[in-house]
Amino acid sequence: MADLTSNFVGIKSPNPFWLASAPPTDKEYNVRRAFEAGWGGVVWKTLGEEGPPVVNVNGPRYGAIWGADRRLLGLNNIELITDRPLEVNLREMKMVKRDYPDRALIASIMVPCVEEAWKAILPLVEETGADGIELNCGCPHGMSERGMGAAVGQNPDLIEMIARWCKQNTRMPVIVKLTPNITDVRKPAQAAKRGGADAVSLINTINSITSVDLDDFAPEPTIDGKGTHGGYCGPAVKPIALNMVAEIARDPETADLPISGIGGVNTWRDAAEFLTLGAGNVQVCTAAMTYGFGIIKEMTAGLSLWMDKKGFTSVDQVSRRAVPNVTDWQYLNLNYVTKAVIDQDKCISCGRCYAACEDTSHQAILMKEGRVFEVDDSECVACNLCVNVCPVDDCITMKRVAPGAVDERTGKTVPAEKGDWTEHPNNPMVSAAE
Amino acid sequence: MTHSPQTDGIVAARLDDATLAAHFDDLHPILDDHEARVAADRCYFCHDAPCITACPTDIDIPLFIRQIQAGMPDAAARTIFDQNILGSMCARVCPTETLCEGVCVRNEAEGNPVEIGRLQRYATDGLLEANEHPFTRAAPSGKRVAVIGAGPAGLACAHRLAMLGHDVVIHEARPKPGGLNEYGIAAYKAANGIAQAEVDWLLRIGGITIQTGSALGRDITLDGLKAEYDAVFLGMGLAGVNALRADGEDLEGVRDAVDFIAELRQAKDKSALPIGRHVVVIGGGMTAVDAAVQSRLLGAEHVHMVYRRDRDAMGASEYELDHAATEGVTILTNAMPLKITGNGKVEAVEFAYTKAGPKGLEQTGETFTLQADQVFKAIGQTLEGAPDALDIDRGKIVIDATGRTSVAGVWAGGDCAQGGEDLTVTGVAQGRDAAMDIHAALSA
Repeated sequence: MADLTSNFVGIKSPNPFWLASAPPTDKEYNVRRAFEAGWGGVVWKTLGEEGPPVVNVNGPRYGAIWGADRRLLGLNNIELITDRPLEVNLREMKMVKRDYPDRALIASIMVPCVEEAWKAILPLVEETGADGIELNCGCPHGMSERGMGAAVGQNPDLIEMIARWCKQNTRMPVIVKLTPNITDVRKPAQAAKRGGADAVSLINTINSITSVDLDDFAPEPTIDGKGTHGGYCGPAVKPIALNMVAEIARDPETADLPISGIGGVNTWRDAAEFLTLGAGNVQVCTAAMTYGFGIIKEMTAGLSLWMDKKGFTSVDQVSRRAVPNVTDWQYLNLNYVTKAVIDQDKCISCGRCYAACEDTSHQAILMKEGRVFEVDDSECVACNLCVNVCPVDDCITMKRVAPGAVDERTGKTVPAEKGDWTEHPNNPMVSAAE
Repeated sequence: MTHSPQTDGIVAARLDDATLAAHFDDLHPILDDHEARVAADRCYFCHDAPCITACPTDIDIPLFIRQIQAGMPDAAARTIFDQNILGSMCARVCPTETLCEGVCVRNEAEGNPVEIGRLQRYATDGLLEANEHPFTRAAPSGKRVAVIGAGPAGLACAHRLAMLGHDVVIHEARPKPGGLNEYGIAAYKAANGIAQAEVDWLLRIGGITIQTGSALGRDITLDGLKAEYDAVFLGMGLAGVNALRADGEDLEGVRDAVDFIAELRQAKDKSALPIGRHVVVIGGGMTAVDAAVQSRLLGAEHVHMVYRRDRDAMGASEYELDHAATEGVTILTNAMPLKITGNGKVEAVEFAYTKAGPKGLEQTGETFTLQADQVFKAIGQTLEGAPDALDIDRGKIVIDATGRTSVAGVWAGGDCAQGGEDLTVTGVAQGRDAAMDIHAALSA
């Protein structure tokens, strides 16, 4: 059976599933329940500096979008960092770590951008026995208005500065949590590395308004008739998170920077995908908030079984496995020609492929007598839209046109050798070089 | 409860009031908002959807289901009523399993269609309950049209004509409007007075007057109507019933199923309705099923439904037959009645087994007898009282594609006229389409 134990920047945990810094990790009671359920580690909900804690709104903190059966697809929140006194959190962390020495316990921290503030809190955290710290440079609401959270994460120079302060003032591994609310996520990752951070974790939540109340004309969640953007998370954000993780993993400047993958991890498969795109472990929040801590059993069992089937014995063997296959558009093989093929035995004749292709694409699907739908290879550009809108699994698939055969659309023979945009005659840069 | 299912003879109150109330309540409760959203989510919004083609009134089904998905059921209701002004009753009585739901691509995918009928009811009932009538009349045309029969065809025709600005007078032979929706449908399919509620709602368009107790041939004549009105639409349905032509048909306890169904629908107190202990229903259509099932629901101990041909030839749908079987009706096929026996009152029915032969149905020579204290005849209805001037073919008024009869200025639709199966939804389609043609003729 695959070994799921994880060693992420020296922090050991029995599996690569940590609970992200968020409401589920705000206090001892929840964290103990999480560890009893089997979670590998927790990133304790963000600690602020000593003194009166922040306050939260007393109306709704969360908004959501749902599928038809109220399956939660995306969640947004306007909760701030922990609203409990620092000393209470520290005391609880110490007790939990004492009782669960095999689990990872990481402290998320957010204090003002002055070195004294960091110097003050780091020894207190260290004293709890925490395994590491995560710098919250991502919180997109409330705290960012006070020059912290995403306000830091959107400024690479500040990231580098606080990462350096932390590395200089603690023995604990330093993870910098990045915000996705930025143009190029590689820049803050590079800054974190320059500052000496041991790893980055991403993504934090995405600026969002989940919906608008059309009676009150107010954004959701609404507090006394007003709303503000919250942080979006859950299954809906996974594609964005996967890309950002991959961007950092394949950037030569940060290729060796460990990544803790966050954003819409809902099942073992999501976790496996984050690992292959460069994550060393994953953090989970919305799935736990939706279904409770029991989902960890599905995640560990699923990942383990998949690894067994693939012949992987450790998480490290999975990590970064797909990174070499993430490339720029210009290097994609233009000589790889495929055509949609409809399996007539599986087709239920709904005609969605036809409507999509006829109305919005390339008129490459023919509707024949008796609601029979067939692909016209002479028009099919292999866009894959028919595959995506087809309601039946594996009914429409893309089949490669073998090298040497003629592409009916272009009338040209498909070359055997790879050919990409960098050498394509239509590329002005190619003729410029000649 | 004074009697039990085992009491001999035809008696009332075989079951207690609570059981009877439960038996005649809605067969399928209305979907709630969440159930409707989940059910609607299953629709694929097919291109050139087969369900639309299968609907005799051509309702844009994927559109109305998408409107439910989008949280606008009143818009969905409007989409339905645009095509079928009796959409609420049709949602209950349409044999959807042979129409829209029968061709739903989900059958191919997983053997389980989108619940189109229940979704249609969800949308239309909502608008009816809100008592909103979304249609308005065009400017008065000054034309007057007579409609014979306040059944589905007549009501659909009248509403469309009224909408187009014409004034309509409906002559209805029965005391209440609704036709088969009011008198010919099982009570559990139209619980809580929905048929009358729908008629009342429909009439809110204005410009429609209903004269009940006014029958063609008895109280009014076609010539009289032609003289008084600018056009006439005949939608009087099939008022006659076929005879068994078997000995003993006149014995006490032998009855037409349509009368039983009508009486049951009108009865406020089901415990006052007498029903036999051993009931035999002869026929294989929806009327036979409705009579047989309701006999069981009233507390009959044994109910046999006997049809002379095989199951495939039965007019009742597979769904209806399954429902009957679930309610405890024993369905026998390939058996024809030879004679009804009894001393003054019916005591038994003797049947002969049949098989298909080169010249039609043949008796195999084998016979059997069913004990019976009540027999319902459900072997088809016939056209009655059609004016002599009209061309009739095989018991139906001859009409063209637009509903015109052989007499100028007279249109016809619904069960009394040719075309389509004798379904509520077919009547609605024919009434509506005839109205459009009448409007075109009156506007020319």
